[in-house]
Amino acid sequence: MFEQEFVVKNKLGLHVRASARLVALAQQFEAGIFLIRNGEEADCKSILDVMSMACDKGSLVRIRVDGSDAGKAMAAVAALIDNKFDED
Amino acid sequence: MECLKGQDQANQIKGVGVSPGIAIGRVVLLDKEVNWPRRDLGQDEIELEHQRFVRAVNGVESRLEAVRDQLDSDIAEYAALIDSHILMLRDTMLFNKTLALIEEEMINAEWALDKVLEKVEARFATVTDDYLRERFQDVRQVAERIMRDLAGQCSRQADFSEDVILVTRDLSPEDILRMRSPKVRGFLAEMGGETSHSAIIARALRIPAVVGLKKVASRFKGGELALLDGSAGLVCLDPSPHDVDYYRQKQLRFKQYNKEVAAFAHLPPETVDGLRVKVEANIEMVDEVDQVHEYGAGGIGLFRSEYLYLGRDILPDEDYLYDVYRRLLTRMAPLPVTIRTLDAGGDKIGSWQAGDEANPALGLRAIRYSLSEPDLFAVQLRALLRASRHGRLRIMFPMISSSCELDRVIEILNEVKKDLYLQGVNFDPEVEIGIMVEVPSAVTMADVLARQVDFFSIGTNDLIQYALAIDRVNEHVSHMYEPLHPAVIRLISQVVEAGHLAGIEVTLCGEMAGDPTCLPLLLGLGVDVVSMHPRAIPLIKKIIRSTVAAEVELLLPELLSCVSAKEVRSRLSEFIQNNYRDDFPGVSEQ
Repeated sequence: MFEQEFVVKNKLGLHVRASARLVALAQQFEAGIFLIRNGEEADCKSILDVMSMACDKGSLVRIRVDGSDAGKAMAAVAALIDNKFDED
Repeated sequence: MECLKGQDQANQIKGVGVSPGIAIGRVVLLDKEVNWPRRDLGQDEIELEHQRFVRAVNGVESRLEAVRDQLDSDIAEYAALIDSHILMLRDTMLFNKTLALIEEEMINAEWALDKVLEKVEARFATVTDDYLRERFQDVRQVAERIMRDLAGQCSRQADFSEDVILVTRDLSPEDILRMRSPKVRGFLAEMGGETSHSAIIARALRIPAVVGLKKVASRFKGGELALLDGSAGLVCLDPSPHDVDYYRQKQLRFKQYNKEVAAFAHLPPETVDGLRVKVEANIEMVDEVDQVHEYGAGGIGLFRSEYLYLGRDILPDEDYLYDVYRRLLTRMAPLPVTIRTLDAGGDKIGSWQAGDEANPALGLRAIRYSLSEPDLFAVQLRALLRASRHGRLRIMFPMISSSCELDRVIEILNEVKKDLYLQGVNFDPEVEIGIMVEVPSAVTMADVLARQVDFFSIGTNDLIQYALAIDRVNEHVSHMYEPLHPAVIRLISQVVEAGHLAGIEVTLCGEMAGDPTCLPLLLGLGVDVVSMHPRAIPLIKKIIRSTVAAEVELLLPELLSCVSAKEVRSRLSEFIQNNYRDDFPGVSEQ
């Protein structure tokens, strides 16, 4: 299991497009991927769950990855968040 | 009852016109209020109900994919939006939960989906961000699509035998794209606004649309005639023959006008008495080049290069920039392309953290930032110079405020040229350079600066802010932001004179350049090039072509002697009324 903290840096936060990117990526992995913010947890494979967390720019989020390909999954998610979801 | 005059007629309603044009057609209600059936299931029906639901979702999914794959390149960015709808369709909160409910509560798919939707709505209701909370509407649109499919209503395609106006509660981008057909003349929707995705798509497809019409669907029964004015945001219900005539005339005028204006896109921008003015385009992405050609620009007067830098953690490298510039120049050749070097504050770029500047507009930005990061600046200059042999490049430096600053810029440029030369890299050694004149000190020193460069480009947006000390986005003072302030006119005049005295070309690339009412002033002042949003070009060309240069020259001293913006404005509108009445038809009068 891996856990890592991130700051959401893209201008609009986890809005529709960014959420869609995250979910499409998460669905490629076996591992369970979860986004935790203010004690609430969302399943990164569910766009509705991720969107309803309403992470705006500057939010501090924790990503937890658990499962067979957890290492790869964490690296991929980290790259996506750090690259601001390839947008702005 | 007639819609003709007056706005409070009972059969005329006003919404928000989001896509211009006039439409006349029979009303088709897209989503007639249907009560989805509710039914308890027997144990033996559950498996079948699961299959029915999965089939419906599969059907919706494949149709969404088809819509996405058919997107034209000009609206291709909406693919991501449709992808998000596809993800919602398969979302565990929606898909799996519905399947589970069908089984647990032994209810039909419609009922289960409805219950699931309520839960999702409750979840979204707690979201504090307005934009994301409103995205529940997207979820609802997706769910309704499944419902329609379950009810067997989904097969409606755009196969209408007569002209129609589609009426819907909430217009989704997919609706517009799926219903595309020459028979679909217009859209009416109860929800939505100017910036909704649907509005943007309707404009891109040039289908007139009015939204924000509360309860409009309940006022139609379907099949009746309706009139729509997407420019004025008007809808005429139950029109009289007289109304129909009136809208036909409006429609004709609108089409005629657009055709005429479009016809001007490819004519030379020349006044009646033979004065040539160049009309160029402001863009920031290579993809916009198609538009630049479509609207008949004579070149690119301003390519904003910061787009390639913003919001990245890793700065673009030389090869990446070179590749973009090369494509841009190649696709524009032999027309000139003016690329402005990085015009942004460090706060927007890479990992550089400025902290808070008390006055960012007066702070470390544009050329000042480039000079403070000479390595980063050199990378951009190398990429530009390498690209220079692929077309006609002009390099422009933003926010120059003194001759020494410009000296330093030219010094760095020469160093870069020398390096390239020593490395045997090909470039055009004669590449033209110019500056943005947008700081009042540059205006005052324009005669000196003109000797150091090949062209000037007046950036009126910033020049006005700096000259009048008005922040145009500060609501307390923005009303004093005034392009026609006599001081602004004198500043522009001074730059043009200094430029011409030194024999260099003067461009104006602020918003004023694309404003038809300012054009007689700019022509009178002798501006050589006006550069604007591509869409504004045909109309500006049309106006240039009906202008007599000798007349605007006569007008100029009058404008220069005005003591207030109000006076300038009224003199200009009088001139426009007298000279261009035909160029401003009231196509959207209410």
